[in-house]
Amino acid sequence: MRKFAAILSLCLFTLMLPLSGVAELTIEITQGVDNPSRIAIPPITQAGRSLPEDVSKIISADLERSGLFSPTPRRDMLSFPATAKEVYYRDWRILGTEYLVVGKAVNQSGRYKITFSLMEIHGERKVFTKVVEGPTTQIRDLAHYISDQVYQAVTGIPGAFSTRVAYVTAIPVNGKMTFQLMVADVDGARERLLLDSKQPIMSPAWSPDAKELVYVSFETGRPAIFRQKLATAAREQLTNFRGLNGAPSWSPNGKTLALVLSKDGNPEIYTYELSTRKFTRRTTHFAIDTEPNWTPDGKALIFTSDRGGTPQIYKLAIATGRVERLTFRGSYNARPRLASDGRTLVMVHRDNGSFHIASQDLVTGDLRVLTQTYLDESPTVAPNGAMLLYATKKGNKGVLAAVSLDAGVKFLLPARRGDVREPAWSPK
Amino acid sequence: MKTQLLKYGVMATFLTALLAGCSSTDTTDTSGDSAYVPSNQVSTGTVGSGGISGSSLDSDSSVARTFYFEFDKAILNPEARAALRIHAQTLRSTPVNIRLEGHADERGTREYNMALGERRANSARDFLVQEGVNGALIEVISYGEESPASLDSNEASWGLNRRVELK
Repeated sequence: MRKFAAILSLCLFTLMLPLSGVAELTIEITQGVDNPSRIAIPPITQAGRSLPEDVSKIISADLERSGLFSPTPRRDMLSFPATAKEVYYRDWRILGTEYLVVGKAVNQSGRYKITFSLMEIHGERKVFTKVVEGPTTQIRDLAHYISDQVYQAVTGIPGAFSTRVAYVTAIPVNGKMTFQLMVADVDGARERLLLDSKQPIMSPAWSPDAKELVYVSFETGRPAIFRQKLATAAREQLTNFRGLNGAPSWSPNGKTLALVLSKDGNPEIYTYELSTRKFTRRTTHFAIDTEPNWTPDGKALIFTSDRGGTPQIYKLAIATGRVERLTFRGSYNARPRLASDGRTLVMVHRDNGSFHIASQDLVTGDLRVLTQTYLDESPTVAPNGAMLLYATKKGNKGVLAAVSLDAGVKFLLPARRGDVREPAWSPK
Repeated sequence: MKTQLLKYGVMATFLTALLAGCSSTDTTDTSGDSAYVPSNQVSTGTVGSGGISGSSLDSDSSVARTFYFEFDKAILNPEARAALRIHAQTLRSTPVNIRLEGHADERGTREYNMALGERRANSARDFLVQEGVNGALIEVISYGEESPASLDSNEASWGLNRRVELK
């Protein structure tokens, strides 16, 4: 068996190849804020020589996708400064630019070091100068790091451009579906295949260190929960019970999974200690209890239950077992996720017969429908709490979309082929 | 675009070759562990657990084997009950293993729909058991909304997808 596992991980490892150099997902911004900050990022080069990837273009795209920035087109720029000293503020004031990012790269034995500065044009001041370095093969990571720094300096919120997203694609091949579990950068680049199956794959969820995924695969003929390491593709089947084995969610401390089993007759929430492999039943109700998700403090689970007659969101305190209903508006509220503030609940909400993503402030109780697309589901919040990704339908095709938590920014990530579904935003 | 397609083609061929290698390895390597049987379901070379037999009922083909449900409901309609009664009769006289696969339409959330699919399949199982069928012969599997009978997004299609299939 061990030999088999070794061969298996070898096969899996070979699957960790990029599908192609071009991102499968592209981005279509459908709504931005009314007055996005105008920012210019002239080319970042190595003493005039271009880098293997266009770093300033990656940064521009990152910031534009946040909806809060409007990048100045390169062709409009009057000069290409690389350091703070080379900046003529007048060149940028004429263009109406508010912020300017300049930078230059040096290559030191297989590593790039980029020194970059953020300038505020109106005040004619330098906001910061920082340095980032990394292997030449990871140049996109350097670009996303710069985006994170700029975003945080201007908005006060940490950036989430260095994060990734896991998702499932379903592609019809000769009339039969092929399911793939994928991971890509949050800008859609560097897409990787983790698992390819003729049977459904569902419910991917990240470990808190963002190094592993748990998910549901039907490859055994039944739904079963698996964990898989991203770096080595080593994977392990965790459950094999009769009935549902679903909705895994990793605890914030990384030690426990919450999941759903129906081995005792109907769907109940369990916790599973990864070190001891011990299951503990957490709900006892004849209704459907499913879709558990941890609160950021790890002390409670929020979940969906139809114990009140319709699907609604409940909260279960792990220590006491006490269950409290959280949602009261509408006849369908399901698949809850909490933003990292522990206060903003997002979920699938049926509104006049349509399924949309809604947020609810757990302190004030205010509920807000964030999306107007079609058959919206699977919301997943960015670690910085500024945006969420979700799955929707466009022209009979499953696509991913994003909306800011204040509903001001909206964009679509249409895939070129097949259905894309069940996004899971990495925690870091 | 053409190069893009070509790239995929090359990649696909490459992967297929790789995976063919993987699955041929499985076949020779699983013999030592009876809990695992080779499966051609995933291309990563993983194996499936056994215990799911594919035996089917040789009953009258005119009797419905797919039963339909209302949105968010798991109540058997009169047509389903009538058909299941006939299947129960056959199963009482000739007991064979059967599988009840529960499904949901695409509306609502995926894991809730898994639970709903199971609830529907359980309704059919409970009815068969009530009619005297040995419950040990019946395996219930939910596919939720993951395996639709019809791919369109409209009422007619959803009606076809909210179903239990007897296999």
